[in-house]
Amino acid sequence: MRRALLRHAVPILFAALCIAGIWVAKITPSFLLGEMLIRVGRNSVLVLALLIPILAGLGLNFGIVIGAMAGQAAAILVTHWKIPGIAGFAAAWLLATPLAILFGLATGALFNKAKGREMVSGLIAGYFANGVYQLLFLFALGSIIPFHDPGMVLPQGYGLRNTVDLTTIQYAVDDLVAVHLPVEGRQLRVPVVSYAVVAAFCVFTLFFMRTRLGQQLRAMGQDAHVAAIAGIPVERNRVIATVLSTVFASWGQLLFLQNIGTLNTYNSHEQVGMFAIAALLVSGATVSRATVGQALLGTILFHTLFVVSPLAGKALAGDAQIGEYFRVFVAYAVITVALVLHAWQAAAKARARR
Amino acid sequence: MNEQIRATIKEIGLPRLLIAGFLLALFAVAVATHMDLRSLISDSITRVARNGILVLALLPAVQGGLGLNFGLPIGIICGLIGCVVSLNAGVMGVAGLAYATGIGLVLAIPAGVAYGWLLNRTRGQEMMVGTYLGFAIVSGMSIFWLLAPFKNPTLVWAIGGKGLRTTLALTGIYDKILDRWLAFSVAGVAIPTGALLVFGGLCFLVWLFFRTQMGISIAAARSNPRFALAAGISDQRTRIQASVLTTVLGAIGIVVYSQSFGFVQLYTAPLLMAFPAIACILIGGATVTRATIGNVVIGTLLFQSILTIALPVTSQVIEGDISETARLIIQNGMILYALTRVGKS
Repeated sequence: MRRALLRHAVPILFAALCIAGIWVAKITPSFLLGEMLIRVGRNSVLVLALLIPILAGLGLNFGIVIGAMAGQAAAILVTHWKIPGIAGFAAAWLLATPLAILFGLATGALFNKAKGREMVSGLIAGYFANGVYQLLFLFALGSIIPFHDPGMVLPQGYGLRNTVDLTTIQYAVDDLVAVHLPVEGRQLRVPVVSYAVVAAFCVFTLFFMRTRLGQQLRAMGQDAHVAAIAGIPVERNRVIATVLSTVFASWGQLLFLQNIGTLNTYNSHEQVGMFAIAALLVSGATVSRATVGQALLGTILFHTLFVVSPLAGKALAGDAQIGEYFRVFVAYAVITVALVLHAWQAAAKARARR
Repeated sequence: MNEQIRATIKEIGLPRLLIAGFLLALFAVAVATHMDLRSLISDSITRVARNGILVLALLPAVQGGLGLNFGLPIGIICGLIGCVVSLNAGVMGVAGLAYATGIGLVLAIPAGVAYGWLLNRTRGQEMMVGTYLGFAIVSGMSIFWLLAPFKNPTLVWAIGGKGLRTTLALTGIYDKILDRWLAFSVAGVAIPTGALLVFGGLCFLVWLFFRTQMGISIAAARSNPRFALAAGISDQRTRIQASVLTTVLGAIGIVVYSQSFGFVQLYTAPLLMAFPAIACILIGGATVTRATIGNVVIGTLLFQSILTIALPVTSQVIEGDISETARLIIQNGMILYALTRVGKS
């Protein structure tokens, strides 16, 4: 009993924090349920995208930000071409895939060059890609790259506006099979198809872990050196894992955007990595071990805190700002603690081996 | 001949050549468009003096085997607390600056010990742990700034009367006090003598420190821990010393930065401050495992000059601020390059 409690200390602590917040802010179950229904549906795939690199021993893939950028580039083009509804979403999804594969290959090659420093390299690669993204969409588009769309381009004639209106593809997936439940006088949108997509990703990930490649990745995650001796093409497999993760992230970001309905051209992707990683870790997952169940549980817990925190801050201190700082602090703190624990155990293991 | 050129390029490193080329191109555009070169150079020198100590702060971490200190915000926060306390007490002028620095130091020493202790237990992941520890502390401190019991009306929000403002103006307190000290101008180029002297003095002290017994043992333990252990030097200990030094310099660095900038920036401002500093030292020729004072000075000069003149120069050619984008690409490209080169000569 005590060991079980200890093993699940992180999610229990988090659940307690959420419940305390709900109690303090007097949040009604129907409000919370409605918020969660939306948030879990649109964020889960981004969290699931982290699982395969963890399996392969690459750690937390901070490079999923780059995948998210691929998704956004596709969303921008589809909006420009004015392809509406599910056709537009499908086109965006198709368009994002080759881009994400390309970015994944590059990130994977980078990880192979920076073995043992994949996480910090992924983080910096995300920042770097952000610079290139800005260069492309803020300066090159409309000046070097011919692009004429007064609705999307800044008045100066080049560079995208700060927001891109995605109403053409908004709710394309969520409302593909429209289900609306009347709850306390409001219509609650139940995104059935989005949940089906999330479920499909879960099933795929579970299935993938049982394939030959999945088993090879697991072996690499346990001991890359032994795996290499056993004849597993470690470097190639690491690239494959990164590509899969990046592609998942691009699709996940598109699913996220079709729900939100507007793209903050230059900020939407920035915090994708941090929030997805923090969400995964609050479930008690670690840098070297994470399951599909943990991804889902983590998404629910983290986003509950996300909704509750500003409201609780307002109820407690009369200032929503405190709650907002608090949730950012929690996200960073959770990641820090997970990284410290991981490095601590790895260092202890290395000492024991000596 | 061809061989020789290739060898030279290899020695300096392609990214460094590209960056130096970019800086030259910016200056060429400035000359071609008849911009006021003197003010560009003045601004660059001011920025070097302003940021130099924060770059210097990274040197002990690299030399001590901690890698690039992405946890620099820990020291920065100590310095910021020093500034806020001194402002709250209303100490003016040099005394105020000394007060801020003093409190920063007092806080930075234990913080550096704790940080070093943690890094000793998370060997191999120092950079990642440092990054996120820095992020967590900066965001945790945001809550502190909002709730801290500071009452001085010049510091807290006018409405509500509590919670520190996001930027605290230093006008009339110790705004540019070092920059102005003994300041003069040569051929229209303003020289912030005081700030340059402080930066130069600290560079000299750090240089001197790495020639004392303690400094030598820190570097020795980094380059060969086992050999050092045989000589009676524990690298657990030297790593903590390095971490204290980097944190202390970070605290001093932000105080000097703030007086030159004229504002104390709180809340999320310190979050990403480590990254440009790291880019500076790398551009100067440092690697993840090796750095010299020369790397610090040259790197700061190159990168800060680019950051200073990119905006006025490029705005002659295009609308919009491309300097921020250029900064992201150069800074992070440089860090990535260094990360992929660890373990190579």
